Amino acid sequence: MRHHTREEIEAAAHEQMAALEGVALTPKERLAIPPQEMPAQDPVARRRNMQEVALGYTATQARLESLRCLQCRNAPCVEGCPVRIDIPAFLKAAAEGDFQAAVDIIKRNSLLPAVCGRVCPQETQCQAPCTVGRSLKDAAKAVSIGRVERYVADRERDQGRAQLPAIKPATGFRVAVIGSGPAGITVAADLRREGHAVTIFEAFHKPGGVMVYGIPEFRLPKKIVEAEIHALEAMGVEIRTDFVVGRTRKLTDLMEKDGYDAVFVGSGAGLPKFMGIEGENLVGVFSANEYLTRVNLMKAYDFERADTPLFRSRVVVVLGGGNVAMDAARTAVRLGATEVHLVYRRTEAEMPARVEEVAHAKEEGVVFHLLQNAKRIMGDEQGLVKAVECLRYELGAPDDSGRRRPVEIKGSEFIMPCDTVIVAIGNDSNPLIRQTTPGLVTTKWGTIVANEDGATSVPRVYAGGDIVLGAATVILAMGQGRRAAAAIHEMLMREGPYRRRR
Amino acid sequence: MPNRIVFKRQWAEDIFEIKVEAPLIAEERRAGQFVILQLNDEYGERIPLTIADADRTAGTITLIFQTVGKTSHALADLDVGDYIAHMVGPLGHPTHIERVGTVVGVGGGIGAAPLYPIAEAMKAAGNRLIVILGARQAGLMILEDRLAGLADELIVCTDDGSRGRKALVTGPLKEVCERPSKPDLVVAIGPPVMMKACAETTRPYGVRTIVSLNTIMVDGTGMCGGCRVTVDGQTRFVCVDGPEFDGHQVDFDNMIRRLGAYRRQENAAHERCHLEEAIRQKEREAGR
Repeated sequence: MRHHTREEIEAAAHEQMAALEGVALTPKERLAIPPQEMPAQDPVARRRNMQEVALGYTATQARLESLRCLQCRNAPCVEGCPVRIDIPAFLKAAAEGDFQAAVDIIKRNSLLPAVCGRVCPQETQCQAPCTVGRSLKDAAKAVSIGRVERYVADRERDQGRAQLPAIKPATGFRVAVIGSGPAGITVAADLRREGHAVTIFEAFHKPGGVMVYGIPEFRLPKKIVEAEIHALEAMGVEIRTDFVVGRTRKLTDLMEKDGYDAVFVGSGAGLPKFMGIEGENLVGVFSANEYLTRVNLMKAYDFERADTPLFRSRVVVVLGGGNVAMDAARTAVRLGATEVHLVYRRTEAEMPARVEEVAHAKEEGVVFHLLQNAKRIMGDEQGLVKAVECLRYELGAPDDSGRRRPVEIKGSEFIMPCDTVIVAIGNDSNPLIRQTTPGLVTTKWGTIVANEDGATSVPRVYAGGDIVLGAATVILAMGQGRRAAAAIHEMLMREGPYRRRR
Repeated sequence: MPNRIVFKRQWAEDIFEIKVEAPLIAEERRAGQFVILQLNDEYGERIPLTIADADRTAGTITLIFQTVGKTSHALADLDVGDYIAHMVGPLGHPTHIERVGTVVGVGGGIGAAPLYPIAEAMKAAGNRLIVILGARQAGLMILEDRLAGLADELIVCTDDGSRGRKALVTGPLKEVCERPSKPDLVVAIGPPVMMKACAETTRPYGVRTIVSLNTIMVDGTGMCGGCRVTVDGQTRFVCVDGPEFDGHQVDFDNMIRRLGAYRRQENAAHERCHLEEAIRQKEREAGR
């Protein structure tokens, strides 16, 4: 497909809109409105810059896309949304051009629409059951709910209209929130709104969690995350960076010694998995976490100014098929690798990555190797990576996850030369809090056991996000944060302050 | 604001000691733990440094470091009253301190700094403490007086014989292992090649040997895995599984190679520093 410029897309949208203005649309007419293409940076140009790829809808496009919504009574999209945003209502407002009303409706359920509009896997959530996509017999033609969400959230921020929520009178209670990612931010905002004093503890020097160290600038501009953090601070949430709960202070000491009445753990996944194959500790093998953190948080892409060094790669092999694998592969492209290969043991249909990220990666020249997997990593006499030995796979019977299990083809080994390997096969949960908090019950995978309110086995300690879910998404973390905040508030009002043992 | 430098001392041309205000870290830290620091918000790199000592009452920690790269040089340029932009810790597992009998602490070069708090704790736990202190030359030897005050026996050696015996630390270590009552535990801290040599020295005698690894790290909390080492065939993270491991199980060759992963870039950055300094110098002269 030829790349369309933003101007071309806007001109087409303008024409389409002119024909519809002031007309009461039948469902058939709505279904006839062309799905709005997301304007994007030219694929050739963006291979050499870190700026955002998807440029966002124009106002006309946002209205047109919203007009495609059939306003179904049963609203299957709402069922598909982990935080149950009233999607038909916000799309109706957006279709009428009342973008402020639209974002206000979203914000009743979601704290971070500008982030979620960009990084949610809409095609497996709200857009999967969309009646429009079903009627057109193509899930890719469902209403682009996320793109409209992004538009209305960006517009509010860019026009400086975002208002801080009202803060209720001080309750005198203090809550510690561990981690400043999506779960922590949500808990902090919701509890602060109820009048509690909230401190967020962040291990890194900069708040934002996975949104700053993990997701690259070209997919989620850091200024958007910064705006959310500033809003929290303006609400009176205290943020303490360089603070590792479990090490700088034990979790229980926050209540026992430091006067907090409750704790929320949203410390994230944060312990990269490796494949356990030969050669994984050779020089030139990185976890995606390390690779992305060096680039995103430590700004190693800025060779001139950043002190954090970056391994100079020519031929990169990325192992994995999720969003993190796409992020790593596309980052490698931007940092000047001449070839970037992505190796995934299932097919594209099973890839957990967002459809848009897969498409973008291909446009940018990442070479996909499907139904293949690394068997071992080979090094030279200096201990530097020189190749990956791969195996070919075929799909067998479905496994527990319902996906067809990839089965290796015996004797199909082949060599893929490279100088860098990035392992992006997921995370285990970080052990620090588990190891240093007596009585905290965890699963065999190390995730914290929490009920649907986020309550853990330790009184007044709640948890949510990846530390409970394993590797999940921003929106699920946010949803858990919401429920935990409500439960913490209710607990505090019912049980009062923490009674110190000494 | 925390992280103010309150004391600075230069031990040798490239070895510095600073005391930094960090009350929380001073309160929580135990022997064997480290901090990660960063000197610039946006573009700084994060480097791990072992905590050499702490004063809970004053709320300070002591860091002793060698200038090797851009950040450690910049750290050495800070003066009393200056602030370290970011410092997080204490990280890593504390040393397992118990009464085992005779403990030999081996400190090579700058390794004497992380050895000091461990030696102190081992002594306090009731162990007989032998310290072997080595350096390339007399001028690079640190903490000799403090360790002398602590140890039941102190053996000093230098590569060139300018102080103490002319020997590598492995010489006296071997002798100690051959004594009728061989030691119960060796804690060896220093450059990777020294730790490797110490582990090889004690291996035939079956003396348990702990080493403290200082690998490349980014976050220091388990998130990046950059610090991973091969121990007994398994991948372990120095930041959350270590920093101390059984020296007889560590794949030192792999670790040494991984430490050199960025050498080319580090050297370039370092050279650029010197170049920029030279340019500034020229400009100052021209301006005069």
